[in-house]
Amino acid sequence: MTEPIPTGTAASLQEHTASGRTTTAATVDSALARARDVNAGREGLNIFVALDDSYLQDHATVSATQLTDTEPGLLLGVPVAIKDNIATLHHPTTCGSLILGGYVSPYEATVVRRLREAGAVPFGKTNMDEFAMGSSTENSAYGPTRNPPAPDRVPGGSSGGSAAAVAAGIVPIALGSETGGSVRQPAAFCGIVGVKPTYGRVSRFGLVAFASSLDQVGVFGATVDDAARGLRTIAGHDPLDSTSALLDVPDYHLAHRRSVKGMVIGRPKEYFPESLDPRMRARLDVALEHLRELGAEIRDVSLPHTGLAIPVYYIVAPAEASSNLARFDGVRYGLRIGGDGLKGMYEATRSKGFGPEVTRRIMLGTYVLSAGYYDAYYRKAQRVRTLIADDFSRVFASGVDVLFTPTTPTPAFPIGAISDPYEMYMSDIFTATANLAGVPAMSQPIGRVGGLPVGGQLLAAHFQEEKMFSVAYALERALGVGASS
Amino acid sequence: MAASLRADWEMVVGLEVHVQLRTRSKAFCACSCEYGAPPNVNTCPVCLALPGALPVLNGRAVELATRAALALNCTVHPVSVFARKNYFYPDLPKGYQISQFDKPLATDGYVEIARSDASPMRVGVTRLHMEEDAGKSIHDRFPGATAIDLNRSGVPLIEIVSEPDMRSAEEAGAYLRVLKQILEYLDVSDVSMEEGSLRVDANVSARRRGAAKLGTKTEVKNMNSFSGVERALEVEFVRQVGVLASGGTVQQQTMLWDAGAGEVRPSRTKEGSHDYRYFPEPDLPPLVLADEWIDRVRHDLPELPADRRRRFATDYKLGEYDVNVLTASSRVSDYYEAVARAHRDPKVAANWVMGEVLAQLKGSAADIDTFRVRPQDLAGLLDLMRDGVLSHTAAKQVFAGMVATGDPAAQIAEREGLVKVDDDAQLAAWLDEVIGELPTEAERFRAGEKKLQGVLIGAVMKKSKGRADPRKLNQLLAARLGS
Repeated sequence: MTEPIPTGTAASLQEHTASGRTTTAATVDSALARARDVNAGREGLNIFVALDDSYLQDHATVSATQLTDTEPGLLLGVPVAIKDNIATLHHPTTCGSLILGGYVSPYEATVVRRLREAGAVPFGKTNMDEFAMGSSTENSAYGPTRNPPAPDRVPGGSSGGSAAAVAAGIVPIALGSETGGSVRQPAAFCGIVGVKPTYGRVSRFGLVAFASSLDQVGVFGATVDDAARGLRTIAGHDPLDSTSALLDVPDYHLAHRRSVKGMVIGRPKEYFPESLDPRMRARLDVALEHLRELGAEIRDVSLPHTGLAIPVYYIVAPAEASSNLARFDGVRYGLRIGGDGLKGMYEATRSKGFGPEVTRRIMLGTYVLSAGYYDAYYRKAQRVRTLIADDFSRVFASGVDVLFTPTTPTPAFPIGAISDPYEMYMSDIFTATANLAGVPAMSQPIGRVGGLPVGGQLLAAHFQEEKMFSVAYALERALGVGASS
Repeated sequence: MAASLRADWEMVVGLEVHVQLRTRSKAFCACSCEYGAPPNVNTCPVCLALPGALPVLNGRAVELATRAALALNCTVHPVSVFARKNYFYPDLPKGYQISQFDKPLATDGYVEIARSDASPMRVGVTRLHMEEDAGKSIHDRFPGATAIDLNRSGVPLIEIVSEPDMRSAEEAGAYLRVLKQILEYLDVSDVSMEEGSLRVDANVSARRRGAAKLGTKTEVKNMNSFSGVERALEVEFVRQVGVLASGGTVQQQTMLWDAGAGEVRPSRTKEGSHDYRYFPEPDLPPLVLADEWIDRVRHDLPELPADRRRRFATDYKLGEYDVNVLTASSRVSDYYEAVARAHRDPKVAANWVMGEVLAQLKGSAADIDTFRVRPQDLAGLLDLMRDGVLSHTAAKQVFAGMVATGDPAAQIAEREGLVKVDDDAQLAAWLDEVIGELPTEAERFRAGEKKLQGVLIGAVMKKSKGRADPRKLNQLLAARLGS
């Protein structure tokens, strides 16, 4: 097991950098050293797919001097790891896929620009399931990433590299992306905090699309506060993303000031099935008991369409993916493998460039959008998706502030343990609902089961991330920081 | 084609017209829509479909599309939805075209045209939707390779789909000409088939006269002029009737028009093999147009050709021919109207615009915007002529000077000494000189030989270099030598 070495929270790094007690360059150096460290040996974690030491050292120097005259940014001097499907200028953006091998984006994502503007250092690119399709970070052209607290296990996915970068103590904050739980599930598996904001809260410009109506950039933090500061920095309207909301962004890192006293915490029965591991249930009960003691009302509620989330998700997401991934055709960038004529080139390039899970989902998505099947699958799935969203609207309209559930049905599983795609899909059973409904959700550590971290999930109404953070701060105070570590 | 065939068989035509909207930037990014730029200069991450790029709708394109829809009498829907049309092709960088499918911007319009016997008819407009253009594949630039130019990728288009209401190639041609004229008046497009800002695909079928059911249609593409469309329809109709009359069946397929050979040929792409897998574009929210906004666009619509023709006939008392020539393009009619209003004799203004001005422009109405003689200057010239300052001959000379220099008429007339002389003393002096030089003719005129008036006046005109006011000169001559 790799023991995390605390790098310091984002807040302390920012303060120390602003006051001159440390420098961005020194922070970056120690993060680089830590990254080298955890990657060494037979149990190397394989977190980064691209990490250019000298570029980062140069960059860190520049960003520190650039900001000496101005108000220190919220993340001044904080290294932030970036998932490999978010466009960055220097490091390649490959989505963990051969088809984008070596591809360097000529522009950067809005979220990365906002990080830099806040004084943060975009810190390399992290491993992921190819095109964010997977729940274990095993579907990567770069090989699997290991779970820092349990290196024989998966870190979860698809943002496993970013989760591991935080859990291994390399960086306090990392960016991931969510389509069906790709931030919350690895956060739970790695014992850290992971936030999926409301759909439209964060710009998707520069996030390589998987399923556009579900995708959202998410944030990992070693602590609730790290995640809150990360989200505060990247959130907000972006004219380059037509689906981003024109709403002001609250200071999430000030949400700790609000007490949970009088808040209504919903406990949806569909997320606590009979089959739930009693040890997991016990950890959740302890968390809920803390919240009750702090003055929150715990209320049993129901989200009756929860069970339909996975089937709906596996129609909507592949359908959009089949279209989004059409641009990887070997014509303009990325891999090209010659073949017999144009069709031969397409076929050779895409067959070699995409891994089996991506291929499976493209085929699935192409099928459900085909003439004659559209109504039976895609249209029907969209209708059911509305029912799932209505479940949430009804519960939140009834006075529930935040929902509390397990993030995953189980802790991290061993690398290579799940080979059946359907079984793998079921690991998103508690997380996919938030993406389908567009509501914000986060996972935070609530302890261990069988020695492995498990997470509790908080969900709130659209754009009510602040409430979610208030509860998370309170729970973290009650359970202790890194309750799962 | 034999008259009997035409008596037995009827052509049924519906047209799909793609029109490039005249916007400065593309439909979903800020790149320029400029025509003729070097390859791939007007591109960015969005229209190159780089990983992570997202579309942002051009509001101006929506306004122009709405303007067109309203002018074509369509219902503009308060909510329309962009959809992805998925297919693989190298010049389609995203692997899908952003278009509209089951919820288009506008539906249920019509265009009024005249049949060949001048009777009016309506051609239904099924739908008008917004979409983006693809890039261009260039097959003849590099041997053995295809080059891709993505300057056009993402340029905003509208597709206007007609009902199968036309029954002849002439009706199809009439529809296209009326449609083009309306779009030109609306200033929503350059409507140039040569530059590809207007493209026509024709769906055509044949059926026995009196049959209620439509025959199997083919889609004819690759026409580059309206007359090409008419010829292609004629040729394809004859082909289909030939097939049907001999007991065969028409295959639903795409036919390509070869203007050089005057033939249609089946396209290699198989119709029906396409499944475009349309689904709502998740990167763009539904397009929601407020009623007030639609009303404002409707209110701001310019005068349309039919209304302008009516008004010109009434207000300016112009004949049908003049009206048609002057309203053929909105720019020419705007020009004419400005001249007519400033000069106040609409018939004279019409003669000059139709004669001198259009001759100068050599029929290219688009150039009238940069034509050196502005309407108020032309009106100034006509005013000088009306006021007797310039003779008709001198006016034409002055006009030539205006075309060359852009200077106002009065200035040129002055500079070139073309102003009519009506000063009695000067005229009398010239007349005296002429009487002195031609004493015999003067005497015979005085004696009553009136036909010599021409000789005497002509001599004075020559002396005055054409500037002498003929009316005054005649009076003066009568006073001097009158019997």
